Amino acid sequence: MNFWIIQGLNGLAFGSLLFILAAGFSLIFGLMRVANLAHGAYFMLGAYVGLAALDAGLNFWLAVLAGAAVVGVLGGIVERLVLRRLSGKPLAQVLVTLGIAFIIADGCLWLWSGDPRPVPMPPGFEGVYRFGSVAFPKYRLFVVAVAVALAVALWLLLERSRLGAMIRAGVDDMDMARAMGIRTSLLFTTVFCLGSVLAGAGGVLAGPILSVYPGLDSDMLPLALVVVILGGAGSLTGAFIGSLIIGFIYSYGQALLPDLAYVILFLPMVLVLTLRPSGLLGRRLA
Amino acid sequence: MLKLTATVSLAALSVGFLIEAAQAQGQGPIKVGFMTVRSGALAAGGRQMEEGLQLCIDQRNGMMGGRKVEVVTADTAGQPALTKTKAQELVERDKVDVLIGPLAAFEALAIDDYIRQAKIPIISPSAAAEDLTQRKPNPWFVRAVGTSAQAHHPLAEYVAKELGYKKIAIIADDFAFGHEIAAGFQRVFEENGGKVVQKLWPPLNTADYGSYVTQLDPDVDAVFAAFAGGNGIKFLGQYKNYGSTKPVIGAMTTVDEGVLKSMGSEAVGVISSGWYSAAIQTPANTKFVEAIRAKYKADPGYYTVGAYMACEFLASAVDQLKGKVDDKDALIKALREVKISESPYGAVKIDELGQPLMDITIRKVEQKNGRLQNVVLKTYPAVSQFWTWKPEAFLKSAVYGRGNPEPIAR
Amino acid sequence: MSRPIALALAAVIGLALLPAAIGSDYYVNLASQILIASILAMSLNLLVGFGGLTSLGHAAYMGAAAYLTIYATAHAGFGHLAGLCIALGGTLLLAMLFGYLALRATGLGFLMITLALGQILWGLAFRWVSFTGGDNGLGGLKRPQPFGIDLAQATSFYHLVLIVFALAFLAIACFTRSPFGQSLAGTRDQPRRMRALGYNVSLIQWISFVYAGVWGGVAGLLYAYYHQFVSPQALHLTTSAETLLMVIAGGAGTLTGPVVGAALVLILKNVASVYVTRWVMLLGVVFVVIVLFVPEGLVPGVARWSRRLTARWRRPAASVPAPLTAEHNS
Repeated sequence: MNFWIIQGLNGLAFGSLLFILAAGFSLIFGLMRVANLAHGAYFMLGAYVGLAALDAGLNFWLAVLAGAAVVGVLGGIVERLVLRRLSGKPLAQVLVTLGIAFIIADGCLWLWSGDPRPVPMPPGFEGVYRFGSVAFPKYRLFVVAVAVALAVALWLLLERSRLGAMIRAGVDDMDMARAMGIRTSLLFTTVFCLGSVLAGAGGVLAGPILSVYPGLDSDMLPLALVVVILGGAGSLTGAFIGSLIIGFIYSYGQALLPDLAYVILFLPMVLVLTLRPSGLLGRRLA
Repeated sequence: MLKLTATVSLAALSVGFLIEAAQAQGQGPIKVGFMTVRSGALAAGGRQMEEGLQLCIDQRNGMMGGRKVEVVTADTAGQPALTKTKAQELVERDKVDVLIGPLAAFEALAIDDYIRQAKIPIISPSAAAEDLTQRKPNPWFVRAVGTSAQAHHPLAEYVAKELGYKKIAIIADDFAFGHEIAAGFQRVFEENGGKVVQKLWPPLNTADYGSYVTQLDPDVDAVFAAFAGGNGIKFLGQYKNYGSTKPVIGAMTTVDEGVLKSMGSEAVGVISSGWYSAAIQTPANTKFVEAIRAKYKADPGYYTVGAYMACEFLASAVDQLKGKVDDKDALIKALREVKISESPYGAVKIDELGQPLMDITIRKVEQKNGRLQNVVLKTYPAVSQFWTWKPEAFLKSAVYGRGNPEPIAR
Repeated sequence: MSRPIALALAAVIGLALLPAAIGSDYYVNLASQILIASILAMSLNLLVGFGGLTSLGHAAYMGAAAYLTIYATAHAGFGHLAGLCIALGGTLLLAMLFGYLALRATGLGFLMITLALGQILWGLAFRWVSFTGGDNGLGGLKRPQPFGIDLAQATSFYHLVLIVFALAFLAIACFTRSPFGQSLAGTRDQPRRMRALGYNVSLIQWISFVYAGVWGGVAGLLYAYYHQFVSPQALHLTTSAETLLMVIAGGAGTLTGPVVGAALVLILKNVASVYVTRWVMLLGVVFVVIVLFVPEGLVPGVARWSRRLTARWRRPAASVPAPLTAEHNS
């Protein structure tokens, strides 16, 4: 019984991390039809910037803000200067985001050497909570809380605000949204910035669990892709459910089927895609 | 029109080749081809290798056996296919006399056939795959580091006999290096009456060890953790994070100096073994450690000392040959007969298969002088890659893997 | 019609004489690698450029063929010819299966399934140690000596690669010009209309997918004999992505684009890395620059520029307005 509880908690915590990473990815994907292959690199860059902020003596929460801000600004610049010129050319976008991912990854190697670095826990979050015979790290539960709060905030933003209405309209039908007078150019920049901010903050928040190292980007990007595919692009609920499913598959799968540890994420994805190509809750990715 | 463009591009390409090819070859310095990693996930180890090699060259004022030494460095990016091209570049284009490198075992294996064809001596500063000096020895290959299991045979004896542990769980990176370390440890541990009750193999690119940490059997005496690169940091951090209290026994690379400098309290108390520790108190090592600290502000570890010693091996062989390295057969013979009485490793001599016998230290991570160090608890002198078994018996058993080891009859 | 043929002939003769002109084994070997990568990129281009199907898992066929041929020949005791047949047969079956699964989705969904299938194969290669050797890879393949020609020589191996490359180029060119190839382009541009006209769109796509996979397998055979070694890296997402970059950078949907792209990527990786420490960053910058300034790829882009230049030379006076003709690729 303990096994199921503890692995369930593990899955919940890892799924929460994935949600912070994938929420922005899904919004960008759904609204702009851009598979931003630099999203993993944004996540890693955020983590490194957070680490630099911690090294400079800032506290953990300011480091999260720093990571979010730097990556958000970078995302805005990339959208304005590069992606803007390539709308409607998915091939060119794939190539350009891959190129940007190369540049960021190699740049991080250059600036921060290649040494793997742990990120210290914020004070007060070390140690474990004990529930009977089950012990679970405080910080991981905190990450779950952050993900839930983020989900609620994003839901309110999408469902209750003007910006959210415009985003939803854009995801549903871009041409119609344009015809209704929505300034899609500004909307795109905003959403891309928002997605980048989430990736940057997610990188710092994940630091105390994952640590920071070259290759973090390519470890995380496929996970974000899988979540979005499973949940369906552009759907916040989809990203949330997809993250949790992947989190659970990850933790139970690695414990129950260790021989399939490498393919445990991709097999269900192939299954879902062949049965329901649009993902569980998404629109068709055409 | 498009074909024309393509033809023009190809023509431009061949002109580029011509210019390069026209560069004349001349007699002069001893040329050392150095394969390291500057790009991608393994770059930290590559940088440490460069530092070690550079120190060795600097200490000799760039001279070996009376001749100048020129190092030609190539970045393999940790990709096997690129490693092969880089080896060809160094041998065929730069006409190097000897190779030092590459970093990873799979890179060394990718160029194994090529080395045999090209008949070029190669000194491994890091790649530890057992069979390179065991069941599939390459006559042109000399290793300046231990094999994967070489340091972990004595560790297992120490854990069984001196620490008295009976039940151990193993968690190791799921690749050949992890398999070999784990199996070598298990064979000696079980020969000494212990029992490995659990083996977990997280994939190399595991982001979160949470589900593995919580699977570890709570009834064991200790956990043997064999990780490479940054995975040791991740695992030890998460292990402590889950409130686990069982002692951790580490492989050499789990708490290597290259990553120890980034660790915190989670590493304190980890007992491990290695053919090197920055805390070894000998005059030769103290001098080496101080030189590295002064120059690079860090303690030397696995990669630094491996490349440094590869260069020392070369220097010793070149001295023997009085600088005449053109005869490759003589050079590899000299390399395989290298005997060094004092070095950061201690005394070194090489067996018939090209593998050094080394002093293996059992170390414990302690906070000392404001930094974490691998303090030496015990030294096993002149340990062979075959431990205490007869080489013939050892070589008859299958190479260490995920599903072995089988016991060897005494 | 005669001019392209003359040009192609000149290109083949020029390429055949290349080793004599270079004179260094290292560069001959590099040229062999470029041609092998070109075959892989050309086969991927069938899907990306002509079929509108962006696959991010094309390394699967190269890697599968390489593993199969090395295992069959060097470890299971088959002859070279048998090994070759096993590898191509295996790749064919793999492409048939993967094509069936992947073509159930379109657009980015297709990209994701191919990516996932590629990663599954990579995981298999990494984990199934008894067959693949795990991360240590599989080696021991010796190059044969057919008709007394020693393929261990860089130059003779290059000529073998060149022959296969020329065949692949012809086969792919014929395929795209054939009525079937035209119908594939039709499924890319007007899938609905094609369906209405009675074409079986998914069958056309599937056959093209399998055809591309088999040519990827041919590239894998050459890869195996060139490196005499294969490791999971050959199957990895990065290899697939690199191949896709070759296609897009050179010019998707053109015949020579993938060749130019392959040359560009391999020269950056192998030659530029000698002089530039941060060559990965350079690679990234080159791709961003290509996309921004020649978004259609190098071959069509350079052709467009040279058209403009020649137009300007012919009519030096400023009175002529810029040409208004639409630019068409391929």
